[in-house]
Amino acid sequence: MRVYQFTEQAYYPAWKDHSGSLRINLPNTKLDPKIAGDLLNRYYDEWQVADEVGLDIMLNEHHQTATCLSSTVVVGLSIMARITKQARLLVLGYPLGHRPDPLRCAEELSTIDVVSGGRLDMGFVKGVPYEFPASNQNPVGVMDRLWEAHDFILKAMSHRGEPFNWEGEHFHYRQVNIWPRPVQQPHPPLWSTTNSKNNAYALGERGYVIATLGSGYGTRPLYDAYRQGYYKTFRKAPTPDRFAYLGLVAVADNEAEARRRGDQVADYLRTSAIVHIPYRNPPGYLSVEDNAKILKGFKQPRGTAKDGRPVDIYACSVQDLIDAGILFCGTPDQVYEQIVEFCDYCGGMGNLLMMGQAGYLSHQDTVDNLTMFAKEVLPRLKAWKQPVAEVQAA
Amino acid sequence: MSGTTDAKSSLVVNGLKIEAIERGRGRPILFLHPNIGVQLAEPFIEALAQGGRVIAPSHPGFGTSQMPKGLSSVDDVSYFYLDLMDALDLRDTLVVGVGIGGWIACEIATKSTARIDRMVLGNPFGIKVGDRETRDFIDIWSLLQHEVDALAYFDPNIAKRDYNALPEAEVLAAARNREATARIAWSPYMHNPKLRGRLHRVDVPTLILWGTADRIVLNADYPRAFAAAIPGARLETIERAGHYPHIEQPQEFARRALAFASATPAKLQTA
Repeated sequence: MRVYQFTEQAYYPAWKDHSGSLRINLPNTKLDPKIAGDLLNRYYDEWQVADEVGLDIMLNEHHQTATCLSSTVVVGLSIMARITKQARLLVLGYPLGHRPDPLRCAEELSTIDVVSGGRLDMGFVKGVPYEFPASNQNPVGVMDRLWEAHDFILKAMSHRGEPFNWEGEHFHYRQVNIWPRPVQQPHPPLWSTTNSKNNAYALGERGYVIATLGSGYGTRPLYDAYRQGYYKTFRKAPTPDRFAYLGLVAVADNEAEARRRGDQVADYLRTSAIVHIPYRNPPGYLSVEDNAKILKGFKQPRGTAKDGRPVDIYACSVQDLIDAGILFCGTPDQVYEQIVEFCDYCGGMGNLLMMGQAGYLSHQDTVDNLTMFAKEVLPRLKAWKQPVAEVQAA
Repeated sequence: MSGTTDAKSSLVVNGLKIEAIERGRGRPILFLHPNIGVQLAEPFIEALAQGGRVIAPSHPGFGTSQMPKGLSSVDDVSYFYLDLMDALDLRDTLVVGVGIGGWIACEIATKSTARIDRMVLGNPFGIKVGDRETRDFIDIWSLLQHEVDALAYFDPNIAKRDYNALPEAEVLAAARNREATARIAWSPYMHNPKLRGRLHRVDVPTLILWGTADRIVLNADYPRAFAAAIPGARLETIERAGHYPHIEQPQEFARRALAFASATPAKLQTA
C-alpha cells in the first residue's frame, strides 16, 4: 500500500468570519497575504516531513476560497518536485475541464515530471461545482472538454518526431512539440475521481487509478463498477493499486488525543460545504434527471455508516465519521485495524490518500501525526496482504 | 405536421425532432420562447393565434426538442431557425421573440430576413451596452431561483411551481431548459459581443415591447440602446410586466404585436 499525505492548505483564519460562503465570493480582504505566505510555507514543510518519513504526497487546487490556498497547483507541485526526494507527487485533481490551454498543461506537467525525476501522478478531474463561477468555463459540456484536453495532453506528451497539428472541437494548435517531454514514458500515470458508477466503469475501461472522496462505506459499488469496466478491457481483475480512497487520519499515542486531533481534521468537512447556495449546482453540472429530482426536493444522502445508517459527514460526530469510514482515528493499532477493515470491505484498496492535516491542526500535531503514522502504521499496512476482489457480473 | 389543441406537435428539421405548439390559421407567426421555455397552456399563444398561424417550437435542447451535436451558441440556434423557416416554407413571417428568444430573432434577422416580414421583441437579451466591468444583466446563476423570479416578474407569485405536483415531463423540461440556457448563454453572458454592430442589417419593421418591471436587465439604457441599433425600430413599454411580458400581460402583448404587424408598412426599402 502507498499512503499519500494531503492537506487542502486551508486559510483557516478566515473560517469564523464568512457570512455564509467560504468560497468564490468571500472577499479577499479576509486574507492577510503575509499569513497566507506563512501558511503555505508551513504546509510545504509538512510535505517535506512526509517525504522524509516515507509517505507520498498529494496536492490539489481550488479557487477563490478560504478552504484551499492552492489556486495554482503547479506552484506547489514545482516546489515539491524540487525539495522532496522520494515521494510520488500526485495532483488530484488537476481541473482539466477548466483549462482553456491544455498545451500549457502538458508543458507544465512534463516539466514537473522532469524536475522530480519522474515522480508525477496526474489526476485529471472535472472539478467541484463551485469552480465554474471562478473559471467561467461553461459547466455544460465540461466532460467533453475534459476528454479532448486529456487526449491532447497524452498525445503531446507521447508524440515523437515532427510537430503535430490539432484542430479539435474545443482546442486548436498548429505546431505541437513540447519541451521537455516527461521522464515517465509514454506519460505519467493517470488518476481520476468519481462518485458515479458510470464514470467508475469508464475509468476501469481505461485502467486509470480511481479515487473516491468521502464515499466511506458506500465505496464498494463504485469500485465494483470500476472492476467491471476494467475486466471488459483487460480480461482480468484489477489489482489494489488501481484503487484510491481519501480518508481523514488522526493518530496519537492515546485515544483521547487522537480524537481531539480527529475533531480538528474533521473541520475540513464542516467547512468545505459552506458555499453560497447557487454555486453548489451550476447548470449542466449534474444530469437533467438529477436536476429534476432536485427540483422536487430530493437531497443526496451524505454518507453511510458500516451498519447502513445514514450519516451527515458535514456535521456529524467524530464517532460517526469513524463508523462511516470517513475518518481513521485512534492509536496506531486502532487506525491500522480501521484501515484494514475498510480495505477488506473495498475488496482491496492500495492507495490511501491521507488527509493528515486540515484546518486548525497545528504544525506540531501534524508532524507528530505524520511521523507516528509512518513509523507505526505504514509498515504494517505495507506488510498486509490486500484482497483482490473477483469481478462481479454486470 | 399536425396541430391539435391539447398537445405539442412534432416537427422534423434537419433530421431533428422538434416539439412545437401550433395554433390558428393564416399568416405565419413564429414565436421564439425565453429561457424558461413555452407552456401548452399559455394564454399568450391563444391570443396571438387570433392574428395568424402560430408556430411555437421549443428551441433545440429545450423542452423535449432534440439538439444537433456541437450546438453551443445562439448563433447555432439562429441557423437552425433559418432551416426551420425553409423547411416549413414560411413566408412573410411575423417573428415574435421574448428574452433569449428576442436575441435569437435578431441573430436570424442579421443573417436573412428573406422569410420575415416584421419582428416583435419582448425584453430581448443579446447585446452589450455597459462597459467591461458593468454587467447589463444580473447573473441569474449566482442567485437562488426565488431571487431570480423576484427580479424577473412584476408579480413573482406567477412563477411559483410545485414540482412535486407537476407531471414528470414538465419537471424534466424545466431542468433541461436551465441547462440549455447555460449551453448557449453562459459566456459571453446572455449576449453576443458582435450582435450590436450587426443589427443595422435588420431591414424589417421591428417593435420592442419592454416590460418595465424587468430587473434582470440592470442597465437602464439597455432598451433604448437596443432600439437605436435597429434601423427604424420602435420602443414601447408594457406596465405591470417584467422580463416575460407575454406571460404577465398576454392580451396586451398580443394586441400590440398584432396591431404592429397589420399597421406598419411592409419591409423597409433598402438602397
